[in-house]
Amino acid sequence: MTHITVTVDGAKYADDVEPRLLLVHYLRERVGKTGTPIGCDTSNCGACTVLMDGVSVKSCSVLAVQADGADITTIEGLAMRGEAGGEWHPLQRAFHEEHALQCGYCTPGMIMAAADLLRDNPHPSTQEIREGLEGNLCRCTGYENIVRAVQRAAESGVSS
Amino acid sequence: MTAPTQAPPALELGRARARKEDARLITGQTNWTDNIVLPGMLHMAFLRSPYAHAKITSVDVSAAREQPGVIAAFSGADFADEQGSLPCAWPVTPDIVIPAHPPMAVDEVRYVGEAVAVVVARDRYAAADALEAIEIDYEPLPPVLDIRTALDEGSPKVHEAGNKSFEWTFANGDLEAAFRDAPVVLERTFRQQRLIPSAMEPRAVVASCVGGEFTLWSATQIPHILRLMLAMVTGIPEQNIRVIAPDVGGGFGSKLQVTAEEVLAVLIARRLGRPVKWTESRSEGNMTVHHGRDQWQRIRVAADADGKLRGLDVDLLADMGAYLMLVTPGVPLLGAFMFNAIYKMDAYKFNCTGVFTTKMPTDAYRGAGRPEATFGIERIMDELAAELGLEPLELRARNWIAHDEFPYTTISGLTYDSGNYEAATARARELLGYDDLRREQAERNAAGDPVRLGIGISTFTEMCGLAPSRVLGSLAYGAGGWENASIRMLPTGKVEVVTGSSAHGQGHETAWSQIVADQLGVPFEDIRVLHGDTQVSPKGMDTYGSRSLAVGGMALVSACDKVIEKAKVIAAAMMEASAADLEWTRGRFAVRGDPEKGVTIGEIALATFAAHNLPDGVEPSLDSDATYDPDNFSFPHGTHLCATEVDTETGMVTIRSYVAVDDVGKVVNPLIVEGQVHGGIAQGIAQALYEEAVYDDDGNLLTTTLADYLVPSAADLPSYVTSRTESPAANRLGVKGVGEAGTIASTPAVVNAIIDALRPLGVPDVQMPCTPERVWRAIQAARDGAQGSAAEQHEARQSNQTQGNSPQGMAPEGGASS
Repeated sequence: MTHITVTVDGAKYADDVEPRLLLVHYLRERVGKTGTPIGCDTSNCGACTVLMDGVSVKSCSVLAVQADGADITTIEGLAMRGEAGGEWHPLQRAFHEEHALQCGYCTPGMIMAAADLLRDNPHPSTQEIREGLEGNLCRCTGYENIVRAVQRAAESGVSS
Repeated sequence: MTAPTQAPPALELGRARARKEDARLITGQTNWTDNIVLPGMLHMAFLRSPYAHAKITSVDVSAAREQPGVIAAFSGADFADEQGSLPCAWPVTPDIVIPAHPPMAVDEVRYVGEAVAVVVARDRYAAADALEAIEIDYEPLPPVLDIRTALDEGSPKVHEAGNKSFEWTFANGDLEAAFRDAPVVLERTFRQQRLIPSAMEPRAVVASCVGGEFTLWSATQIPHILRLMLAMVTGIPEQNIRVIAPDVGGGFGSKLQVTAEEVLAVLIARRLGRPVKWTESRSEGNMTVHHGRDQWQRIRVAADADGKLRGLDVDLLADMGAYLMLVTPGVPLLGAFMFNAIYKMDAYKFNCTGVFTTKMPTDAYRGAGRPEATFGIERIMDELAAELGLEPLELRARNWIAHDEFPYTTISGLTYDSGNYEAATARARELLGYDDLRREQAERNAAGDPVRLGIGISTFTEMCGLAPSRVLGSLAYGAGGWENASIRMLPTGKVEVVTGSSAHGQGHETAWSQIVADQLGVPFEDIRVLHGDTQVSPKGMDTYGSRSLAVGGMALVSACDKVIEKAKVIAAAMMEASAADLEWTRGRFAVRGDPEKGVTIGEIALATFAAHNLPDGVEPSLDSDATYDPDNFSFPHGTHLCATEVDTETGMVTIRSYVAVDDVGKVVNPLIVEGQVHGGIAQGIAQALYEEAVYDDDGNLLTTTLADYLVPSAADLPSYVTSRTESPAANRLGVKGVGEAGTIASTPAVVNAIIDALRPLGVPDVQMPCTPERVWRAIQAARDGAQGSAAEQHEARQSNQTQGNSPQGMAPEGGASS
């Protein structure tokens, strides 16, 4: 067992974990952050994408011990929660308004990857969005509305 | 009583409402099955066969039981007396062979991935670790991998009864006469490769058994059918089984199944007296979630010199895989009614042979039988146009059912209620800039451009809204095709809507709210839609076959009718008027001729709840329950056009533009409809260009991961231009369904575009997926002539991994194999 300290969505956690424990399993099963789902076991689908110190990672490809000392943001921490139940992040709003999700399984990872994409490139072209989200698979939407949603969020100045 | 000036709420039908269900899906509050944790819950891991075909000579799970954290380990023999056989609900012929299909293999395994033992442990890591301690010996048997040779005498047998499951034939008209002396007869053989549905959420199951009462949470499309089937398979009384489909992350047919893991979870929860959970990994799922398609199609067409179709003769070999699962044999038969598509002809014959192989069973995948048929007919229509030197759209126009000929009974016996192929095609032509592209194509061909432009056409229709129960009965399906809905009017005037159609991404919570809002005149926001739990929605036929709106939506309308009928009597008493004098305007009863005097449905609901002054004999309830059985299928149609750039030097295909004009009847929510079209097109393009489940010569699945099985990303797909025409269906909502249209339409549009680009080079066909290598080889084969056949043989050897090399009556035509 290895002792780690991790900040997840603003709260601090200290845990003893097996060295082989995947970050995504740590988040889902130890911290209770089930908002981050698992879609594959070869790091192709991106459903488990979270931000680690502000940069997107596929949490199935990171060991919990590698996250020691890191600040993790999941989809559950993205919304700016307030007294009245929280305000959605511009990307969440844009995904809703553009109907950029159907079953919603890829959505947490897609939104987290898009957040990193817009941090890196606040005003991407549609082609840059398509290429920037290449590591995240969606089976429902055909991506058209996801591209539109990311554009819409970019126009609303999400990166600032 | 309300103010008379109150206008009824604005109509919801046709309004682009953002979805209600998004709130939980975009914030990470979704209730996936894998999120469920129950007190004392254990985790299951399955040991799976590494052989495509083998006898199990011994299994010893005792060492696994000794591993830390392991509570139990079982082999198939441990459940032999109670696990039953996984069901096939569609025995398509009286003499069909339906082999026993134990959830866990006992004596013999017949595909790689078949479950042979299970470990139950405290956590999923311990369960997976302990699998390695299981001792199991096999005696390998020869695999059976090619349906074209599986029926040969001397072929190894998958089952003792042989490799043929069934043969099913439909015929109408005098086929011999249609082909006799026909000026043009064309024969082509097309391959529908095997696909893996690849819903983003892997399957997951949680089962609990408390005091003989069972609850199964499953990532399923079919909680109601699953409940019934679990009762029939295990003998557990139906009333003691509750099935819950929580939020389900896509299905596309793959979760329209009764799986080994579901049955075993229930039995193991009972045996251990503790809840159990299993979540598959993607690699496990690629091997063991049912696959789709997998057919060889031999199609003959006879036509007059002007292109008028005389006859169509279709002979299919369909790969069943190792066993028949829930609707395995019925899937290719759905295509029987769709090969004739939108075209008129004198005679038609459809013959299908279902063949066993030692591979994962096939079953429904988005479109189920109809994409296969549409591909076959739309491909051969292009071939026929080329043969006749006709513009391919002109050939279609000479043969399709004209808009003033509806309702029209087709050669396969279906009556199409409405459609306007001329209108959809005209719109698509215009949006694509068809004529300009044809000119550009001619110029570039003349100039010998190494990058060829191709235009692909798909003027498709489909039968959906599954289905009239009597038709399903006539096709030997084991159940009906009705749908159920109920309405609960709450005292505050809010509404609970219960639907038997179980959504997994389609947006029922939003669309159903819109329909009920219009029918009852209550605000969209005041409606809550409940589904996916047999205790909450006890009756239903679930979601598949683009049936939810055309069947489930109509059940909603019937249920609303009943509420209004009940409300009328109570409203009359409230206003001291005669019910005969009342008029209903969405949401309100008023006295005819005195519109000032009225009561709203909300006021009636409260008065009904209080029940102080109800007329004698009137029950204090507005609630209703309705079951709707459609008279007919619905027939969405459309014209999809695709322009591709094909680089003849690299074989790379790039989609330059894609236009989809769909006629899905009346649209409840254009946002949702457009989303369904987008996603459907993407899956059809994926079949045309990227995806194939590949087995090697030993029957090992090679495409077990998303690195090998190429579900396309955003960078691999184009932007789509979508538009709609509208010819309303015969049902009261005028709706048809849209879940499968895009997938059915797009595959032939893309492949036709590739062949259109390459036909001037002598390339007659490219087998899907049209990868750069396959396209390049096809070009080389055409260029090299005699040498080309060597390249083909090379390609044939390569493709033997999935197709074998000794075609039985299904030999791809010369030059058409690569």
